[in-house]
Amino acid sequence: MDILNAIVLLFNFIIIPALSYGSQLALGALGVTLIYGVLRFSNFAHGETMAFGAMVTILVTWLFQSWGLHLGPLPTALIALPFGILAAVAVVLATDKMVYRYYRRKKSPGIIFLIASIGVMFIMNGMIRVIIGPDDQNFADGERFIFTAGQFREWSGLSEPLVLRSTQAITIILAIVICAALFWFLNRTRSGKAMRAYSDNEDLALLSGIDPDRVVMIAWILAGALATVAGVLYGLDKSFKPFVYMQLLLPIFASAILGGVGNPLGAIAGGYIIAFSEVAITFAYRKFFGYLLPDSMAPDGLVQLLSTDYKFAVSFIILVLVLLIKPTGIFAGKTL
Amino acid sequence: MSFLIGENMTGGYGGADILNNCTIGVEKGEIAVIVGPNGAGKSTAMKAIFGMLNLREGRVVMDGEEITSLTPQARVHKGMGFVPQNHNVFTSMTVQENLEMGAFIREDDFIPTMEQVFELFPILREKRNQPAGELSGGQRQQVAVGRALMTRPKVLMLDEPTAGVSPIVMDELFDRIIDVAKTGIAILMVEQNAKQALNIADKGYVLVQGENRFTDTGAALMANPEVRKSFLGG
Amino acid sequence: MTGTRAPILFAIIFGLLLLVGFAQSWSLALAIFNLCLISAVMALGLNIQWGYAGLFNVGVMGFAALGGMTAVLVSYPPVAEAWAAGGSGILVSLILSLLTVAALVFAYRKMPKGNLRRVVMAAILVVAYLVVRYVYDPAVNAIESTNPAATGFLGGMGLPIIFSWLLGGVVAAGVAWLIGKISLGLRSDYLAIATLGISEIIIAMLKNEDWLTRGVKNVVGLPRPVPYEVNLQQAAWFNEWANTLGVSVVEFSSVFVKLCYAGLFAAVLLIVLWLSETALRSPWGRMMRAIRDNEVAANAMGKNVTARHLQIFVLGSAVIGIAGAMLTTLDGQFTPGSYQPLRFTFLVWVMVIVGGSGNNWGAILGGFLIWFFWVEAEPIGVWFMQTVTAGLPDGNAFKDHMLDSASHLRHIVVGLILLLTLRFAPRGLIPEVKR
Repeated sequence: MDILNAIVLLFNFIIIPALSYGSQLALGALGVTLIYGVLRFSNFAHGETMAFGAMVTILVTWLFQSWGLHLGPLPTALIALPFGILAAVAVVLATDKMVYRYYRRKKSPGIIFLIASIGVMFIMNGMIRVIIGPDDQNFADGERFIFTAGQFREWSGLSEPLVLRSTQAITIILAIVICAALFWFLNRTRSGKAMRAYSDNEDLALLSGIDPDRVVMIAWILAGALATVAGVLYGLDKSFKPFVYMQLLLPIFASAILGGVGNPLGAIAGGYIIAFSEVAITFAYRKFFGYLLPDSMAPDGLVQLLSTDYKFAVSFIILVLVLLIKPTGIFAGKTL
Repeated sequence: MSFLIGENMTGGYGGADILNNCTIGVEKGEIAVIVGPNGAGKSTAMKAIFGMLNLREGRVVMDGEEITSLTPQARVHKGMGFVPQNHNVFTSMTVQENLEMGAFIREDDFIPTMEQVFELFPILREKRNQPAGELSGGQRQQVAVGRALMTRPKVLMLDEPTAGVSPIVMDELFDRIIDVAKTGIAILMVEQNAKQALNIADKGYVLVQGENRFTDTGAALMANPEVRKSFLGG
Repeated sequence: MTGTRAPILFAIIFGLLLLVGFAQSWSLALAIFNLCLISAVMALGLNIQWGYAGLFNVGVMGFAALGGMTAVLVSYPPVAEAWAAGGSGILVSLILSLLTVAALVFAYRKMPKGNLRRVVMAAILVVAYLVVRYVYDPAVNAIESTNPAATGFLGGMGLPIIFSWLLGGVVAAGVAWLIGKISLGLRSDYLAIATLGISEIIIAMLKNEDWLTRGVKNVVGLPRPVPYEVNLQQAAWFNEWANTLGVSVVEFSSVFVKLCYAGLFAAVLLIVLWLSETALRSPWGRMMRAIRDNEVAANAMGKNVTARHLQIFVLGSAVIGIAGAMLTTLDGQFTPGSYQPLRFTFLVWVMVIVGGSGNNWGAILGGFLIWFFWVEAEPIGVWFMQTVTAGLPDGNAFKDHMLDSASHLRHIVVGLILLLTLRFAPRGLIPEVKR
């Protein structure tokens, strides 16, 4: 029996990675849910928005690095992030003006918006490939670890190592700060409340004198900013590869729907639920049981419920289960 | 000429006209009620006054100013408050936030107005931090009326405010509406519960097929045997 | 078809293909033409789902890949050693899985609703999972370690690959039935997400179940339904033929093989088109469109909307599966890693929307047009980039970068085509005929 080592193992391979992955999903899902709440469609171009914002951030990071500009132990990307956000916001506002606004005036059904977003997805995907190419890009710099395996072993005296990478810590902290700021905006400011009102009941919001164009604009700005932060954090944590962001679309949508689409709190909860399930179900528990059980009972196999190659299946199965049991998602959806 | 009047209104939602030369008016501090059988164009008449459908003929005048071509939003700025029949509160927002949204167009301090609304509807003060969607039907209607009052309108228009609430709640709501009228606001409402509504009405309009059939004070209409027989169930 | 518009549009497409033949090469023109035919079949399949019934299926890639897998399973010779090593284990675990499903269904039907039923069903699942894994894992290991460099999978049935076209449709239909049972009845954008998820899962399976498909090691050298170029070049009659025509034997053999494929694909396309058109004109087709245009009313009239949707989801997926099998046949290899949603799902969507959803001729036109631009956007892109960067010296970093990325312009072109169509011809190039 070695409970402490078992707990450290769980922290190292499940809790910390899932927290940071969950934060990335939550930020992505928030953007999807905001757009759904206000514009009433599932934005298939959201993954590309994340990739686009991350790409601009990377380009600016490289520029800063070439100037010798650094943030000390923190990654340079953090000072480049605002530029990425500005670029992504500019692009989503431009697409709204050129593409979506027309259908809004025409009061087209949501499915038309969705199809239009597929067109936008193609164009943004092409732009990203032309500008930065389809390959892996690494742009993380600064201190790699908050503490390393060796430091932890020395400090704790346990045999099981624990590693906290700076990108994981930054991801979690930034996600908390941003979510807090978003909720403050939605619940405490006039514009935020107007946005919730519009999402709740469009006609009544119009009667109350809320300007729909302004609400839509704010929604896009928030979605663009959230997408960029999510994209950059994911890129810092793993690596930047344009193709990956399209694959992220599935767990992100799953998170948003799971929590109740249009509900920001649900999007956050959904993000962490999906991330924890993915990591926990594809984790091989052999060593974990090795610590807890006497040697004679230690398992021979990997004790893995599902191979990591099927992690997408996890988000999907949870999604289908929730939709079958409670179609509105865990928290009732459809409004901000 | 009335404070607010829709004169000789003719029009519909494209296709056939629903309103035919219909005239509805209301004075400050008065309650005017539109009654009539199903499909008589009661709600349509009110929506026409509020600018939610285009009139082919006729005009709408408020306080001596012609507002026929204004959008509903612009009419809210001019001092009209409108309470739709359905979906008339922000269900996911608290009672207080609903009232704040009602005051969205106001630049000045709206806290005193909110106080007045709370005095008028004490239950709302109690439930100010509850989501409006969790309230009972009657309480929701109070939120809806309160939201419309937040702009300090000169005219308040109510589309079947008592639809789907119990008789006790209905009486309570009518009492509140009388209180609102006493503050000097003109009230125009469409009602299914014709008897009870005409009881509190200063002026009643009986519409049939988009035309004025009877127009008189509420009491006179209640006393009119023909109206009683045809529209009030004897 | 309506008026002269459709014939003119098709004439333009064939003109463009002829242009490629003259300007680039006939072999290339035919290669594009063959893929146009396959794309058209795929687009027909999606059109059945979206155009007839308004089902938003974003899982086209998955069904196409299932068709491709079937091509392998039908045509590849069986690997006897692998079967000896683990075939029985796989079969047993398959039977056990089926028994589990039967037990679950039995429990669900026969037991009263409540916590007890939930517990029993969960228990069945857990026990079955452990038992199946116990049988399945060693079998998979045994198969995958049997000569992994060359095979390492069970192989197929060794039948002519052309059978897989039909069977690919059947497999795709079977999976579609299962998926439809679960996810139809969801709101349209939920259905979209659900199908997107399923297609990703199918691809993940094909990539990782090495015992079945060799996974990312790919299966190459699938037998062909048409002659091989090398054999043609050695055949006396073929040489004579080439001589009388006055063309080089090598080029003629390549063109000849592609023509054979084109004949087969065109036959399939015409059959599917004929069937779809007949279905569309039948009372069944009218009912489908009635359901699409007003689901509530159709429901109220006593039409079983979900059952109809399931039917059409299965049919459309079958057609997509057929196209997938044809594609793998043409490639002569099965590469699970090459399935990407942008190319296999969303591109097909663009074909249907641009061509004209609800109109079979439109879907075919869309398939031809979009595939043509998808391929030809590359040379056009290179030309475009060269023109744009003409003022820069050779070796300039920016110029090189732009020339390198010219092929990615195809994404932008296709996106623009979609958005422009949606805006200015929202019902597509050949709109649906209101009957």
